[in-house]
Amino acid sequence: MFYREAGDFKTSYREDSQTFPIKFDRLRFYAVLAIAFGVIPLFINDYWANAVAVPFLIYAIAAIGLNILVGYAGQVSLGTGGFMAVGAYAVYKLMTAFPEVSVFIHVLLAGGITALVGVLFGLPSLRIKGFYLAVATLAAQFFLVWLFNKVPWFYNYSASGQINAPDRTIFGVFVTGAQTSATAKYMFCLVMLTIVAVLARNLTRGTIGRKWMAIRDMDIAAEIIGVNPLTTKMTAFAVSSFFIGIAGALFFAVYLGAAEVGESFGIQKSFLILFMVIIGGLGSIFGSFAGAAFLVLLPVFLKNVLVGMLGWPTDLAAHIELMIVGALIVIFLIAEPHGLAQLWRVAKEKLRLWPFPH
Amino acid sequence: MPDQLLFALEVTLNGLMAGVMYALVALGFVLIYKASGIFNYAQGVLALFAALTLVGIQQGQVPFAHLINAVTGMHVTEFGWKIPAILAILLTAGVMVGLAIIIEKLVLKHLVNQAPIILFMATIGMAYFLEGFGDVMWGADIKTLDVGLPQGINETLESVTDKALGYGFFIDNLDIVATLVAIALVTALTLFSQYSKQGRALRAVADDHQAALSVGISLRFIWILVWSIAGFVALVAGIMWGSKSGVQFSLSLIALKALPVLMLGGFTSIPGAIVGGLIIGVGEKLFEFFAGPLIGGATENWFAYVLALVFLVFRPQGLFGEKIIERV
Repeated sequence: MFYREAGDFKTSYREDSQTFPIKFDRLRFYAVLAIAFGVIPLFINDYWANAVAVPFLIYAIAAIGLNILVGYAGQVSLGTGGFMAVGAYAVYKLMTAFPEVSVFIHVLLAGGITALVGVLFGLPSLRIKGFYLAVATLAAQFFLVWLFNKVPWFYNYSASGQINAPDRTIFGVFVTGAQTSATAKYMFCLVMLTIVAVLARNLTRGTIGRKWMAIRDMDIAAEIIGVNPLTTKMTAFAVSSFFIGIAGALFFAVYLGAAEVGESFGIQKSFLILFMVIIGGLGSIFGSFAGAAFLVLLPVFLKNVLVGMLGWPTDLAAHIELMIVGALIVIFLIAEPHGLAQLWRVAKEKLRLWPFPH
Repeated sequence: MPDQLLFALEVTLNGLMAGVMYALVALGFVLIYKASGIFNYAQGVLALFAALTLVGIQQGQVPFAHLINAVTGMHVTEFGWKIPAILAILLTAGVMVGLAIIIEKLVLKHLVNQAPIILFMATIGMAYFLEGFGDVMWGADIKTLDVGLPQGINETLESVTDKALGYGFFIDNLDIVATLVAIALVTALTLFSQYSKQGRALRAVADDHQAALSVGISLRFIWILVWSIAGFVALVAGIMWGSKSGVQFSLSLIALKALPVLMLGGFTSIPGAIVGGLIIGVGEKLFEFFAGPLIGGATENWFAYVLALVFLVFRPQGLFGEKIIERV
C-alpha cells in the first residue's frame, strides 16, 4: 500500500541512480536520521549510552569496515581486533602528541594509519586465498597485540601498560575523558557512523565496489576481464581498515576511556565483529547495522532476563549466554545463511505486493 | 661441545616435543577437512570438552550441578564415587561419539551444499555453544587431570646425557609419552584409512563427494564416523594437554595454535600436520631462545603465524597440500 515504485517517475539520470530509488525508502531513511539526530539525544542517559547506543554505533562502523572486506571483496579476515588496536593506539599517540589539533581529525588520521597497516598485512592476499588467508590474518592479530604490549613507546611508557584517553573537546564540548556527557559520546559516534555509512554505501555502488564484487565472485575471471587484482584487493584492505581503525579509535577514546590491548582488542573481538557481519548479512550495509544491533542487544537482554529476573548467579548466566549465542549463530546459519539483511529483503518484497499479493 | 650449543639442542628437542602436541590437535582438523571440506574451528573446544568430561566422570561430579543448584536451591556436587581412569576414558569416548551424532543430526545435515565460509562460521557457533555447555555441565574452575601418565623430568635421560656429554638434558616424561601416543595414533589412523572398508569409504568421500555418493557410500554415516574420530583425537589431545597444564578455558585456544601448523603442512595432509607441527614447535622455541631476549620475549604468541604467513607467500598450498588449480 505504501511501498510502491509505481507512480514514482524518474525524469533524470540523477534521480534514477539515487541511493534509495523508492520514495517510501527515502522517507524512511530521513525519518531514521531525524530520530537518531533529533530525538534520541534528548532522552539518552548514561546507562543507555554505555550499554547500548555507543557500542552499537561503534560496532556498526567496524562491521561496515569488515563487511567491505569479507562481504564485498571476499577476503576473509580474522585480524579485526588487531586493526582496531592500531586505530586505538594511533589516536592515543596523536592525541597526546598534538593536543591542539581537533580530536575529530585525530580519529580520521588514526583511520588513515590503520589503512596503511591494513594494506601491509593485506599484501599476502595476492598469493593466499580462502581459509589460508583467514589464518594468515591471524598473524596480524597476534603480532599487533604483542607489539602494543611490548614496545613501551606506544603507551607512552606508562607504568600500567594501559592507555588513557585525555580530555578533548569539539566545539567546546567534551567528547573524550571522564567529563564527557552521554549525549556528547552518542553524537560524536553517530556523526562518524553517518559519514562512514554514506561513504561505504556510495563506494560499493560505484566502480570500485563493482571491482570488489568481481574479485569476490571469481578473481581469475575478474582479472581476465581487466580488473587489476593488486589495486582492487589493496583498496579493499585500505578502505576496510580505514573504517575499522576509526571504530578502534572511537572504541578506545570515547567508549572505554582506558584500554589494555590484549583485553580490549583480542581475538574475541575479531570473532565478534565477524559474527555481526555474518548474522547481519554478507555484502550489505544494512546488514552490518542489523548484525551489530543484534549482537549488542542480545547479551544485554540475556543478562537482564537471567540475572535480573531469574536471579541466577552471574557466572552461570555468562556460560548460558555463550551457549545461546553459539546456538543462535548455528540456527541463523541454517535458517537464513544470508543473514538479517536477506530477511529484510524478503519482507520488502512482500510489502511491495501487500495487501493484494496476486 | 660448548654449553650454548648443547642448550640450543635441548631447546630443539623440547620444541620437537611441543610440536607433537600441536600436531595432535592439527590431526583432528585435517581429518574433518579431508572428509567434509569443513574447516572445523571447534576442534580445540572439542578437546576442552573431552578433557572436562573425562575429569568430571573420573571424579564422579554431578553434571549440571551449578544449574541444578541455581534452579532448585539444592546443593549437589558429587555422586561420591571415583571411576578408574581407563573406564572413564572409554565412557568419555562414548560421549564424544554421541556428540558427533548430535552434531551431524542437528547441524551438518542442514548445512549441506552451503559455502565453506558458512560452514566455518557454523563451527565457530558450535565452539561457543560447546564452551558454554562444558562450563555449565562441569563447572568453569581449573581442574587437574590425572590418568596416571608419568609426570616430571625424565631422570634416566638426564643422567645418561650428563655422563655422555657432561650436560643433562631436561625432557618432560609427559612429552615423551605424548610423542609415543602421537606415533601410535598416526599409525592407527593410517592403517584404518588404508586397509579397512570404512577407511576406504572415507578416502572416497574425501576425494569426491558426488562420486562417493553415486557408488553407494552413505555420506551421513561417513560424517558421523569422521566426527567421532575427530572427537577421539580431541580426547587424546585433551588428555595430553590437560595433564600438562590443567583443564581450563585456555585449552580451547590451542586450536588457534594448530592453525599455522595446518597452513604449513597443508589442510589436506596427515603427514603434513605432523611435519608442520614439528617445524612450528622447533621454530618458535629456537626463535624465542635466540631472538626473544633481544625484542622483549613472549614471541611464541605470534611467531608461528608470521612463519606460516611468510611461508605461504612462497608456497600457497602448504608443504604437502594438494596443488590448487583454478579454472574460470
